[in-house]
Amino acid sequence: MQGAKNLHRIHLWYAIYLYVKGDACMQIKTRRDGAVLAVHLTGELDHHSAAPLRAELDALLQDDGIGHLVLDLGGVSFMDSSGLGVVLGRYKILKARRGSLRIIGASKPVERILKMAGVYALLGQQEGMERGASHV
Amino acid sequence: MFDNEMQVSFLGISQNEAFARMAAAAFASQLNPTIEELTDIRTAVSEAVTNAIIHGYGGKRGIVTMRCTIKDRCFTVTVRDEGKGIADVSLAMQPFYTSMPNLERSGMGFAVMEAFMDRVTVESELGHGTAVTMEKQIAAVGCDE
Repeated sequence: MQGAKNLHRIHLWYAIYLYVKGDACMQIKTRRDGAVLAVHLTGELDHHSAAPLRAELDALLQDDGIGHLVLDLGGVSFMDSSGLGVVLGRYKILKARRGSLRIIGASKPVERILKMAGVYALLGQQEGMERGASHV
Repeated sequence: MFDNEMQVSFLGISQNEAFARMAAAAFASQLNPTIEELTDIRTAVSEAVTNAIIHGYGGKRGIVTMRCTIKDRCFTVTVRDEGKGIADVSLAMQPFYTSMPNLERSGMGFAVMEAFMDRVTVESELGHGTAVTMEKQIAAVGCDE
């Protein structure tokens, strides 16, 4: 039991360390394979980081040749409902060009938010099926 | 179990969202919560602070005050702004309702707060601001019992 408590404390201090270190911003890595753009996100996705992320994704999606977007959330350590806006907004863009958006790698807490908003159902995929997978 | 409280005030800008949720989680850690409980608190606080910044102050600068208390094993956090207030609190709390669809807001902020915390109450007065109070009971483990 003491070990579990210490584990909690270690996680908390690690999170504080990441915040102080400046990892509260998102980093993105992309890989293009034909009409598929895979984007791996790392960091915390909140209202603060959503705006630059949205701008960066929209700049990438200016390319009409991209029909399918794979969002790999494997590196997202925190997400609130601001992340839902980013996902749903990009889904609308892809849907308008008869494309698709797929989410992979979401952790349990991130998955919980996505599930609450019915995102997996909207995207036509099952939550948790590809947790930990990476396309980037 | 001891009682405790803390209060912080900060500028209502998005850079402080991460600070606020970390401060609340650090304070709540005295109760030895699980990682899941801490994540719930961080997420709910992030939603409330974001609402204060976006909807309370709507781009104008203002101060957000966060007060956290521990009583018995109940963690309570109140996020208060002195912004424009909410005209219809019941409507604002409806899932998927957003007064700012142009900002790609999902309208899930209050729904997330209610799902992640045990109790959420909202007091708001037009022209004077909003206070969101959230409570969460943290289960006792080991020597905390």
